[in-house]
Amino acid sequence: MTDLAHIRNFSIVAHIDHGKSTLADRLIQSTNTVSQREMKEQLLDSMDIERERGITIKAQTVRINYVAENGEEYVLNLIDTPGHVDFAYEVSRSMRAVEGSLLVVDSTQGVEAQTLANVYHAIDADHEIVPVLNKIDLPASDCDRVAEQIEDVIGIDASGAIRVSAKTGEGIRETLEAIVRSLPAPKGTRDAPLKAMLVDSWYDSYLGVIVLVRIMDGVLKKGDRIRMMQNGSVHHVDRIGVFRPAMTVIDELGPGEIGFLTASIKQVRDTRVGDTITHEKHGVEKALPGFKPSQPVVFCGLFPVDSAEFEDLRDAIEKLALNDASFSYEMETSAALGFGFRCGFLGLLHLEVIRDRIEREYDIELITTAPSVVYHIHMRDGAVTDLHNPADMPDLTHVDHLEEPRIKATILVPDEYLGDVLKLCQDRRGIQLDLTYAGSRAMVVYDLPLNEVVFDFYDRLKSVTKGYASFDYHLTEYREDNLVKMSILVNDEPVDALSMMVHRDRAETRGRAMVEKLKDLIPRHMFKIPIQAAIGGKVIARETLSAMRKDVTAKCYGGDASRKRKLLDKQKAGKKKMRQFGKVDIPQEAFISALKMDG
Amino acid sequence: MAEDWAEGGFGLYVHWPYCAAKCPYCDFNSHVARFIDHPRWRRAYAAELARSASETPGRVLHSIFFGGGTPSLMEPETVAGIIAAARRLWPVANDMEITLEANPGSVEADRFAAFRAAGVTRISMGVQALNDTDLRRLGRIHTVAEARGAFDIARDTFERVSFDLIYARQDQTLDQWRAELNEALAMSVDHLSLYQLTVEDGTAFGDRYALGKLRGMPNEDLSADMYAMTQDICGTAGMPAYEVSNHAVPGAESRHNLIYWRYGDYVGIGPGAHGRITLGGQRYATECPKAPIQWLDAVDRGSGELPRQALDSAEQAQEFVMMGLRVRQGIDPARFQRIAGTPLPPDRIAELVDMGMLYRDQNRVCATPQGFMVLNAVVAALLT
Repeated sequence: MTDLAHIRNFSIVAHIDHGKSTLADRLIQSTNTVSQREMKEQLLDSMDIERERGITIKAQTVRINYVAENGEEYVLNLIDTPGHVDFAYEVSRSMRAVEGSLLVVDSTQGVEAQTLANVYHAIDADHEIVPVLNKIDLPASDCDRVAEQIEDVIGIDASGAIRVSAKTGEGIRETLEAIVRSLPAPKGTRDAPLKAMLVDSWYDSYLGVIVLVRIMDGVLKKGDRIRMMQNGSVHHVDRIGVFRPAMTVIDELGPGEIGFLTASIKQVRDTRVGDTITHEKHGVEKALPGFKPSQPVVFCGLFPVDSAEFEDLRDAIEKLALNDASFSYEMETSAALGFGFRCGFLGLLHLEVIRDRIEREYDIELITTAPSVVYHIHMRDGAVTDLHNPADMPDLTHVDHLEEPRIKATILVPDEYLGDVLKLCQDRRGIQLDLTYAGSRAMVVYDLPLNEVVFDFYDRLKSVTKGYASFDYHLTEYREDNLVKMSILVNDEPVDALSMMVHRDRAETRGRAMVEKLKDLIPRHMFKIPIQAAIGGKVIARETLSAMRKDVTAKCYGGDASRKRKLLDKQKAGKKKMRQFGKVDIPQEAFISALKMDG
Repeated sequence: MAEDWAEGGFGLYVHWPYCAAKCPYCDFNSHVARFIDHPRWRRAYAAELARSASETPGRVLHSIFFGGGTPSLMEPETVAGIIAAARRLWPVANDMEITLEANPGSVEADRFAAFRAAGVTRISMGVQALNDTDLRRLGRIHTVAEARGAFDIARDTFERVSFDLIYARQDQTLDQWRAELNEALAMSVDHLSLYQLTVEDGTAFGDRYALGKLRGMPNEDLSADMYAMTQDICGTAGMPAYEVSNHAVPGAESRHNLIYWRYGDYVGIGPGAHGRITLGGQRYATECPKAPIQWLDAVDRGSGELPRQALDSAEQAQEFVMMGLRVRQGIDPARFQRIAGTPLPPDRIAELVDMGMLYRDQNRVCATPQGFMVLNAVVAALLT
């Protein structure tokens, strides 16, 4: 156990690609926490998806031993947090477990929207913040300008900002010294009753649930009987350790320390993140404040392409949910797509990550339906219900009004793209709240409906700004608006998986775009196919897919029989990937592509 | 009861793999070689004929077809040897049809008499186009004048003459094709194969198409209009389509190709040749190695065939429908049920009849003119 004065707990705040993982790698490497042989890129990102996309999804922890210039040895605990808005809840709770943050800013780029969002989490958590200007090895690096920007935009002193190249290793030593010098040591009392914060938990197939804890007061030892204060459940601690970053078993954890415990807990759901852990006997009376539980905000249907794989999908979803309490699911039946699941996510990236993991790790091809947000339906009798799926929209005669979630979005963008960004936000029913400048970059703040953002807003933003804009948001409130359910009819049959909630004023435009897209996405059939968008019984847009006129093999003789038969088998396999509506085959990509808007 | 193949008849296909030049649209098994060991080829064909006949003794042979490649480049002696051997090895029908594909050049025309003497009764000429510019674009080495000359000689030499034209070519208009087709019909031909240009993978055209460099190909509407017009003109001229792309004056249909479409048995010998042979109640798909030298070597080792594939009832049923619906007479649902073990799905038939793609004619199910235009989709709807 280390005395409090020689412990520093910190996290790293950064925008994506500003070099957070590389800096973490360097800190770990320069202190010989892992051998050179074990060193690899993005050491703390263990999931394939994290490495591939260059993002961190789950918070990771590493304990670093560092001998400072004053000759004393310190224990540095780094909690590496995700940078993306979808995982903001992970960020905010990880921050509660540490006392300080490194604010990493790319010195060739400057402050971005995610930098802002995350640094505010750090400020909220009363962190001491050490600014770090990264990528100083690049010719475009401009430390003075970026330091000035940090002071202007964030409002913290950046005069002592450390200049670092995580790539070459320059400034790493200075960073470690700054952690020791500038960040406060944790507080806590060894003799007090045990008070530990449950920071995170995940399932390991060998050890059961692994619980990441931060000890506030007291000492946690192997063999202790602990109580989860939320539900009173008692567990026997069978293992205690720290991450270096591999799991290393130790005897005890004292105040200020961060480590893990295992206690033969079967389900992640039994360990409530933010809960307080104490001893069964002589425990503390008062729990820590805890965290706000994360709520799914985006819902979509996941269906297996091959309906025979439904049970496999159930299995995959259950396993993923074991490790991700923020992901919710329930069974759904669609006339179009058969059996599947309606799943709730923290945001679009979360959705994509889960979908990718099901397809990759479980090898199940999926049809993903249009993402939708949760609406509040106010019924005439005063009842309020949540609407997760447009298909469940009740009869309008019973509905008084609907409310939709709104967000506050912050966008940082170079001057020359500002006009396009404002137009995009305006087109998506946005209300401008603020517009300020920091150098040649504009910061715009918009009040936007989440349902306009959920689908392709980020893609559009990237495309109109050539990738130079950064974007972050948080939910603000539910607000009443004129929302209607738009149905899509293909060959006069409603396709439930394509129905969506839209604002009445935008219904014609959306409907027109949808039917035009579908006309391109559905292959020609032997007969003509009307494609319509409708609100209630009223058709608001219509296209007709004309019948195919010619599709016949010119030559087919004895030598062609086998080849043509194989072609037919291929067609058969292709048809499996389509969904049949009455007589019409709709390719699976239509369910998602139809919703992408060009404007 | 007779075996299923008997409903389609029994034929012999002989593949000659060499051409003087490779055409850019052609995906057939053809090769260009400087030296050809003709005696070795004669010995190989003879050996393969003997091997095939020993498996199918006593079957009445209805047709022999020399395809390629360019079989008109075979030495007449080789053709004569094959025909004589076939006649010796199998009982033959009195009206056995013996077809040879010919390039319409002057060199080949000089050999027509010799082919006639060898026993060839029918010539199928790859004329392809009746204007020189398009012939060059199709990579053909003959001219229209040569083709007409060769055709006249063929007409005088053989009982039956057919030729091929390729239409829906690059930059071809409806009017141009109408004029060309009328010219062709004026040539007192008894059989015409009229193919829309198809861009196949693995050909020079396919490569160019993939690069976006094959310009002027007709869109679906124009190609549909051209097909419909072709049916009209040929029907009026007394040469209705008896198959998707084949037209004949009544009685002049290619008996050999009808064996394929009626799902009969056929022996296929020569490089890359395919066959369908029913032995002991089991229908097999046969195939030979494609490369000429590999085939010759395989024959030397005892068999010019690759391992056979036994076709299960579902595969046979697919082939039966796929081939059978191509001809005007369509298919016999009772025969389908005998092959497949299950009936043609009545609901799908009814749906396709409602749509105007199929019609029932006494005991047969046939494609309508509209159905022929989208036959791939019709077959897929029936079978998938």
